[in-house]
Order: sequence, then C-alpha cells, then structure tokens
Amino acid sequence: MSDLDAFRAEVRAWLETNCPPEMREPVREEGDVCWGGRNWEFKNEAQKQWLEACVAKGYTVPDWPKPYGGAGLSPEETKVLKQEMKRINARSPLDSFGIWMLGPALLKFGTEEQKVHYLNPIARGEIRWCQGYSEPGSGSDLVSLQTFGEDKGDHWVVNGSKIWTSYADKADWIFCLVRTDKANKYQGITFMLFDMASKGVTTKPILLISGNSPFCETFFDDVEVPKTQYIGEINRGWDVAKYLLGHEREMISGGGAGGDMVSIGALFAKSLGKNDHGELDDPILRAEMAAFDVDVFAYRAMGERFMDMWKTGRAHPASSNMMKYVGTELNKRRHELVMSGGGSEALEWDSEETKGGARARGWLRTKANSIEGGTSEVMLNVIAKRILDLPGA
Amino acid sequence: MPLYHNDDQAMLKDSVAPFVAEQAPVLHLRKLRDEADATGFSRDLWAQFTEMGLPGMLVPEAHGGLGMGHMEAGIVLEEIGRNLTPSPFLATSVGAVAALAKAGGTQAGRWLPAIASGEAIIALAIDEGAKHRPDRIATTATRAGNGFRLDGKKSFVLHGHVADMSIVAAKTDGGITLFAVPKDAKGVTADPRRLVDSSLASHVTLDGVEVDADAVIGEVDAGGEILDALLAATRTGAAAEMVGVGQGAMDMTVTYLKERKQFGKLIGEFQGLQHRAAHLYGEMEVARATVMKAQQLLDEGSEGAKLMVSVAKAKAGRAANLAVREGVQMHGGIGMTDEYDIGLYMKRDRALAEYMGDVHYHIDQVARMNGY
Repeated sequence: MSDLDAFRAEVRAWLETNCPPEMREPVREEGDVCWGGRNWEFKNEAQKQWLEACVAKGYTVPDWPKPYGGAGLSPEETKVLKQEMKRINARSPLDSFGIWMLGPALLKFGTEEQKVHYLNPIARGEIRWCQGYSEPGSGSDLVSLQTFGEDKGDHWVVNGSKIWTSYADKADWIFCLVRTDKANKYQGITFMLFDMASKGVTTKPILLISGNSPFCETFFDDVEVPKTQYIGEINRGWDVAKYLLGHEREMISGGGAGGDMVSIGALFAKSLGKNDHGELDDPILRAEMAAFDVDVFAYRAMGERFMDMWKTGRAHPASSNMMKYVGTELNKRRHELVMSGGGSEALEWDSEETKGGARARGWLRTKANSIEGGTSEVMLNVIAKRILDLPGA
Repeated sequence: MPLYHNDDQAMLKDSVAPFVAEQAPVLHLRKLRDEADATGFSRDLWAQFTEMGLPGMLVPEAHGGLGMGHMEAGIVLEEIGRNLTPSPFLATSVGAVAALAKAGGTQAGRWLPAIASGEAIIALAIDEGAKHRPDRIATTATRAGNGFRLDGKKSFVLHGHVADMSIVAAKTDGGITLFAVPKDAKGVTADPRRLVDSSLASHVTLDGVEVDADAVIGEVDAGGEILDALLAATRTGAAAEMVGVGQGAMDMTVTYLKERKQFGKLIGEFQGLQHRAAHLYGEMEVARATVMKAQQLLDEGSEGAKLMVSVAKAKAGRAANLAVREGVQMHGGIGMTDEYDIGLYMKRDRALAEYMGDVHYHIDQVARMNGY
C-alpha cells in the first residue's frame, strides 16, 4: 500500500468516527453553513462537534502549516481528504473569508508573528472576517478609493465608507483597503486589518432582490488603527489586494460551473416529462439545456487545463479573468434554465416544498456573479488589454 | 495526464507549425482553387507530409507507422486548419486509420502500411443525405457468390474521386458492416463536386458493386463499433482542425484591430470591439481545452470519450463559427472581398462544421447520452 493509500484509509476511518450523520446532509439554508466567529450560534450540537473535530485535526485548513492551525498536508493529501469528504457528502466544517482570502494573502505577505497571531483563530473559526474593498464611488475601479487613513505616528485615523461588504454585520474583523497617500493613485493604498468592534465602525445591511441581506454598507468615523495592523508594505496594499482578488475570482468562477454540476436536462426530466422517444417534452428547452450542457462540459475541460497550466506556471497571468468571465456567465445561464425547467413551482417564494423559494432566490443571487469580484465588462477589458494586447483608448 | 502539450508534443508542434505555414499557407489553397485543380489537394505536398512521417502518425508501429495518439494528430490538424491547407490527412490518416486499426485483420494488414508510406489515400463513405445520419444507413450489402453486392448512394465523400480505397458503411442482415472498396471496383461511380471552400467531395453511387468476402473490415454485422471508432476519431480531428481555423481567423482579426484606423483611432481602441474580441478569446480557449480533453480520453480509451467527442465537435463548431463571423464583420467591407483571406476561413469553417455531424447533431447526442 502506498503512503497515499494508507493516508486515505486513515482519513476514511477518521471521518467515519468524527463526521456526524447530520453533517452528511446537503446544505438547505443559510444556517446550515458554519461561519464561526465570536458571535456564532451553532445550529445544532452536530455542527459544533464537527467543527471541533476538524479544528483539532487541522482539517479546516488542511494544507496550511501546522503552526498556523493547519494539518500541513501535501497537495496530494489535501486532494484525498477532499475526495473522501465528498464521498460521504460531508459539509464543509467552516466557511470563511479568512480561509479563502485573507489566509492565502497572510501566508504570502504576512510576517511570522502576524501569521501565528491571525491564522490560528481563522483556522479555529474564532474570528470571522469581512472584506472592505468596494466603495460607493468605486466598485471594480479600486484605484479610485477614497477611504483615508491619516498618519498619526503610531496609528492611523480612518474615515470613509465601504459598500458590498459581505456579512460585515456578522464579522469580527475586517481586512480593508485604505488610502494612505493621496498623491499616489496606485501606490498610496495600505492593506489594513482591524476589529469591527473598534470605536467609530458601523454597518447597515442592504436588502437585495433575492430577499436576503448578505451585503452591508460599512462606515468608518475616526477609527483608530494601530500601525502594526497592516499586511505587506505601507502604501503597497495594491500588491496584496491583487493577489487576493486572484483567489476570489478563482472561487467565484469555481462556484460557477464546478462542484457537482450534473447534466441540467437530466435534472428536469421529471417536472417537464418525456415524450415517447424518451426526450424532454419541450424540444426547444431540451435543445437549450443540451447546448448548455455542452458548455458546462467544455468549461470543465477548460478548468482542468487552466489548473494544470496555472500550477506549472504556463497560464497567462490574466487567464483567471477569462475563467471568471466564462464561469460566471455560464452560472447565470444555468439559473435561467433552472427557472424555465422548474416552471411555476420555481416561482414559489416561501413554500416549504421549495425550501423557502430556494430556486428563485438562487436565480436572483447569481445575477451578482458577473458584478462581484470585478464585472464581466472589467474582465473583458483586462483580456483585451493584457492578453490580446489591444491598444488603450 | 496534464491537459497541455508535453515536451515531445511541443517539439512536434515546433516542427509541424513552420512546415505547414511555409509549404502550404493560404496562398497554396488559392493556387489550387484558381487553377481549378482536379485532385483537390497537392500530391507534392502530400509527399512532403510523408517525408515527415505524418500520414502514418496514428498507424501502429507494427504496420509501419509511428503509433502516436489523437493528441499528436490534433497538433497537425490544428496547423492544417490555421493555414486552410487542403489535405487528405483527416480522412485518411485519422478516420480510416482509426477504423482499420480497430478492426485489424486482412484489410488492416493491406492498407495501414500503404497509408504510413503515403501511397494510399482513403475516402470515408458514410453519409447518404444532406445531413449526417450514421444511424440511418440505407446502403445495402447482400451476400452474393464468394462475397457481397453493394447498392446505394453516398454523399459528402471527401477525396472520393481520387481515393485508392473507400471505406463504405452498409447495412447487412444483422447490423452494419464496413467494406474496403478499391478504386477500380466495378459499379462504383464518383461524381466530384466543388464545395464552398474549394475542396472536392463526391456523390458516390454503388450499383451492384461486387466485393470479395475479405473486403469486410472487421466482422460481418459487427461494423458498428468500428464505425464508432472511425466517427470518434474523425469528429475529434475535424474539431481540432476547426480550432485551427478559428484561431487563424481570430489572430488575423486581432492583428487587423491593431492596424486599422477609423475616426482617427485604431479600431482596437473601441470598447465595443474589444469586448467582442475578448469574448471570442474566451470561447476559443474553452474550445481548445475541450478538444484536447476529447483527444486525451480517446488516447486513454476512456468510456467518457464518446460524450466528450460530441461536446468537442459542438463546442469547437460554435467557437470557430463565432471566430469567422466576427472576423468578417470586424474586417468590414474588406472582409467581403475575395482578395482578403478572412472570407476563406469562413468558407472552410462552414464545410468542417457540416462534416461528421454539425453543432445541432452533437448537441442532440449530448442530450441523449445524458438520458434526456
């Protein structure tokens, strides 16, 4: 038996003992996802138990080094762990912007002291983070940021506001882009971290078309941030932000067409019915669904090629923009078809059978895919300029 | 296996790409067209292909070939596509080889070495009507004397009028059977038609054609699997060639956007055109990855190959079609002139799109394979 096979057997046995049956059910609603943080209330005992078991083993962040709360697994071992968790439909023990976004940035740009200090609470789900990038006047155009940190010697005094801050009202800390030099457009931004409980921080949830409020407006009024709480170099926050946006795009585009996306036509065989030839009973919708399936299978092949090339340094640095663009547009198309395939049932907004209008809300939610993390139009601009080398206006 | 070209494949590309670009650029196609060439391709060029060992790339080494895979053949096909090179490579070296190698036996022993040595050109006589419907073959093969008697009509037979042998799919009592019908067989008439892309494809009539029992490729009634292998290889190959056509058209267009001025600006500065070009880039990259995935699965003999082959033919069809349409449109009036090459890309794409099942056919196949 190879080391990897032995590891797989070990993981399998561990999961058998430690993953409660309730955590092997599909996620049905918001509360099923464990976000952690100072104010987190576990939905049930199983959710708590599952998080604690994974924390003890380093499995919330399996590929992070052990001193930072991870399990120090190799990429191959991490893959095995993911496969084994998927095999039993185990829920993610902890979802977190700290894991997806801040963590990778800290691992790359943080000092040793910062890594130990910030990464461990992320891995344990103790501190829930939010991201302060966009501002009312600057969405994708981050260089036009106005939130300003005035230099007061050992600290900054931050004033301004952020928008589209995901779960800011529930987060404990924020990682935030703050202008610290008004003269320099690109190199006058610092990547700061601070406690949302600091004096002068307020948040206001924004009700969205999906009926949910995952995003907030966030206001900073003379917030004091110690000079120790920044990542990378002062005025070079752009480097950190760009690195982190790459991760965000990968995540959004991955959600776009990755995961367990089964053939969409097969999903609706029941609600649409089939004709005598065993074909969906709506030839035009069948054709659209099949054309969509072609694009999904094709996008998956692209995802595989992109990852293979990315890992070996063969991919164009801007190809993540292309993946984001194609993946998010595909996901929006999928949800349009989900609504068509579901017919009047998919319209129900609050019935128990539709799990609280999950399809309708999900459809509306996807409209943000091509806006958040940089709009499709911005992605196309980047491809045109950086890959195709088309002239600037 | 990573989904990019390994070192050997990259080396192959480095030798094939300049060879095709130098020996058979678009000008080569124009010359054949303007001379109303009756063969449909250049025998001299085929001899050069042979010197490089290309016709026998997929032929097993035991039969004198290089024993390479679809990934390697795809490298050649992409360059053929990029340069609009008229060539029997797809039908002979990819489609016919896949069928003969799968079948083995007498016909494989006879024809595979001849393909590898560049001596034999093979035609694939599958289609019978205006559209590709291989599940509705009406050509019949009835037992007669020591062999069979073939009757029927075939269409869209590339190189049918010059091929040394045609692989004919016919209905037999218990299924489909493939036959190797030699050029001089009595009762065969090939009527070549010039197509929109200047290539020649024949309507073939089989009128009481008598062949020996050993003309059967594989086993009687068991041609379905061999036909499937032929179709999978040819469709994937056509998709690879389409990626080349689309890429060639896109490259020309992007270059044009950087050179052409209107309203005192390079037209490539206009966001309306930038976004369309960037969208096209994404579609072409996805199509390329999909074709490579189909090639990889075919080379691995994977069960998932059939689905991915249809996905690849459909996706490459859509992407290349977008590339040539955007190409002509973005070139403006000049794109409509015969003098400019972009229109030739549109013509070749149309022919390849129709060959071995169009986008709609393959989308329908994907729905069927997914159970709806």
